[in-house]
Amino acid sequence: MQDNSLSIAKPSESLLSQKIGATLIAAAILCSIIASSGQGETQPELFFWLIISLVFSGGIIFSIPYYKAIPGIKNNGIMQSPATNRGAIAWGIAILMTGFYIILYWFPYYLDGLIRIMDPISMILRNKVSDQWFLYGTFYTLAVLIMGIRFIGKYRHSRYQILRTFSVMFFQLGFAFLIPAFLLKLNQPEFYFSYFWPLKYSYLFPNDIDYLIKSGNIGVFMVFWGLVMTFIATPILTYNYGKRWYCSWICGCGALAETLGDPYRQNSDKSLKAWKVERWMVHSVLVFVTLTTALLWLNSWKSGTILGDASGLFSQWYGFMIGSVFSGVIGTGFYPIMGSRVWCRFGCPMAAILGLFQRFKSKFRITTNGGQCISCGNCSTYCEMGIDVRAYAQKGENIIRASCVGCGICSAVCPRGVLKLENMEEEGRFEPYNRHEI
Amino acid sequence: MNIIIIGNGITGITCARNIRKKNSDAKITVISEESEHFYSRTALMYIYMGHMKHENTKPYEDWFWKKNRINLVKASVKSLDPENKTIQLEDNSFLSYDKLILATGSIPNKFGWPGEDLKCVQGLYSIQDLEEMEKNTSNISSAVIVGGGLIGIEMAEMLHSRNISVTMLIRENAYWANVLPQEEAQLIGNHLHKHGIDLRFNTELKEIRSIDRLGVNSIITNTEEIINCQFVGITTGVKPNINFLKNSTLEIEKGILVNEFLETNIPDIFAAGDCAQFRFAKIGEAPIEQLWYTGKMQAETLANTICGHRTSYDRGIWFNSAKFFDIEYQTYGKVPPVITNEQESFYWEHENSKISFRANYNKSDRSILGFNFMGIRFRQVIAEQWIRDQKEIEYVIEHLNQGWFDPEFSKAHYKEIAKAFIDFNIDASFSK
Repeated sequence: MQDNSLSIAKPSESLLSQKIGATLIAAAILCSIIASSGQGETQPELFFWLIISLVFSGGIIFSIPYYKAIPGIKNNGIMQSPATNRGAIAWGIAILMTGFYIILYWFPYYLDGLIRIMDPISMILRNKVSDQWFLYGTFYTLAVLIMGIRFIGKYRHSRYQILRTFSVMFFQLGFAFLIPAFLLKLNQPEFYFSYFWPLKYSYLFPNDIDYLIKSGNIGVFMVFWGLVMTFIATPILTYNYGKRWYCSWICGCGALAETLGDPYRQNSDKSLKAWKVERWMVHSVLVFVTLTTALLWLNSWKSGTILGDASGLFSQWYGFMIGSVFSGVIGTGFYPIMGSRVWCRFGCPMAAILGLFQRFKSKFRITTNGGQCISCGNCSTYCEMGIDVRAYAQKGENIIRASCVGCGICSAVCPRGVLKLENMEEEGRFEPYNRHEI
Repeated sequence: MNIIIIGNGITGITCARNIRKKNSDAKITVISEESEHFYSRTALMYIYMGHMKHENTKPYEDWFWKKNRINLVKASVKSLDPENKTIQLEDNSFLSYDKLILATGSIPNKFGWPGEDLKCVQGLYSIQDLEEMEKNTSNISSAVIVGGGLIGIEMAEMLHSRNISVTMLIRENAYWANVLPQEEAQLIGNHLHKHGIDLRFNTELKEIRSIDRLGVNSIITNTEEIINCQFVGITTGVKPNINFLKNSTLEIEKGILVNEFLETNIPDIFAAGDCAQFRFAKIGEAPIEQLWYTGKMQAETLANTICGHRTSYDRGIWFNSAKFFDIEYQTYGKVPPVITNEQESFYWEHENSKISFRANYNKSDRSILGFNFMGIRFRQVIAEQWIRDQKEIEYVIEHLNQGWFDPEFSKAHYKEIAKAFIDFNIDASFSK
């Protein structure tokens, strides 16, 4: 007798919940468009709850098949689906997301109706009416939470993945959404305790520091926090755990990449050429932001005599090119085409600094288990940072790369148990665990 | 030096790369009829399942070969002429060599079953097999796999990923029971059953039937049972791919006969990997090794010899690994399905029936012989070190954490294993 009673995700079943999930999400998008057109202003609460409940139920129903399946790697069909293999659907999603960012940054008035539906919740959390950034923050956090639920279902055979995802969901919801909102409600500066210079470059700019210090004791603490995190905690934590403590456990950009971006992680470019471009680009951004910061301080020290008005222009330009165009429009909008970590890999100055620590002074490494590698390529394929993990693994070498964010997916997808993320003694970190020479 | 390598699998390519590393002048040509570039054969299943594309399975980018001056020729070799040191290609052109390396790999075994040459009956070894399988399995609902080994389970997983129901005919009384001890074989069998794979133990293929000879309609087992299916996967092992050498002066048995230096009976012709057969295999070792790892190690050895440093092949302490759907398997040292009277075997299984540990050791001096890990990752160097040093089982159990390779935050099963071992010892001393 054929016994299929225990078999997982029969096509009809998984298709059904995915159809329902997609329908609900599509309905939420339609509601958002209607709200934007002006309806949101007249019935903000109705639209708010409608959209939130549609998105949440849609996301959860969409994730059901992952939880029903036997725990283990489920990448079936990823390279065949037009939604994930840079096919037609992927391009459609990329254009949608890119367009959303462009409207959000430069034409927010088109979203006014949608922004208004956030007013009730914004009043409760922040005691002020919503703006485009609160709308964006809410959507962002929703995406991390819902796609985080999906991620945990997909990778729940690994406790590392479960804990890491809970962590990014927690920091996004608490540190990047609720706490800044409450601070505003308490008439304090809106401050993100989970972002530091140079990712949040302005936290070390003279103007911001000046403003924070003048705002009172909590502001002084924020300046202190920023300095401690940038100059003391970052080196210590990176020395002990590698850059992953931040990039794939705390950072909001990382949170979105790991959750919303997970279906696209395989689209990162693994070629040697891409690695060369990456090194030039990400370190250039780091140099640029460091110079900008130094110049601004010099300027403020000389009371504005060096740059004059140019100093403001300088930081504005950085904000526009790097903060908006790169991290938002390209970094997130192009997920479906260029992979989920385009910004982290090519543009993030924080990742660049952490990477330098990780490469030259850290206990972190990915170790290779002797000669067990079969060169299948799952590790390289699913590395969101475009590292050719296999190139190291098949030689039995440890992987110590500046860009590795320690997401641990290479280890999770390895069918031979060859890779392990480890913090061990710094000495001998490049020495492979090789089998004895023949 | 002009070197020709026939075959661009892991053996041929490892040979080419290692020769180039040691000798920058040699002219190296690699001939393959299968694919333009080296790809990882072990990843074929992932292409079918949509985890990867063919390009993802190539361990080196396409510019690598030119940069390292490794000449790639896509052609089929027709014959060789050792007297004149040439080989003849299908288009009747000739290539001459100073040294020739045969690394031609395997082809699937068939055993003369009625209907085995029908369309939709196939093995899985090459890209061409995969392409054929892609065609043969589009729009089908059920398949039968003959043979319960590693390729069989891969095929089962592949078909299952496309919601094709799978029946596996297994000659033994449990999955892969000629390699795995009973407990592990059952653990995997249960896991397969949970995935909806229909396992028929003690069952062999008798005949494959087709109504119109355009495809398959059913098979008949040796118990006269008829199973309807539209695809039959033949995964009853592989044999050396040596048909084109049959009329040469090379000594051939099942494979190309070689000594421990991987030299054939003809000077300057060598063979390595799946297609080679050792004349005098070491005790307890197979004369033909058909593994990724052994192909790689043989090639590394042979590259030494070719570059003037004659080296005999020593595969060291046995190891292997596999993945059975969601369960990873690693083995180190000697863990036969049945142990001798001089040996003892300690087995622990997690209550979820997906994780297990086995250590075999000598009764007399309690020295460790080998390990089986299911659902546990373990460091190869540590396992090898212990086996080589003949560590006592008590030491091994106490220090298991040293070799633990599971991802961070995973459950520390070694503690539970240590507890279970104490109970096991108490039971053992009582039974004495």
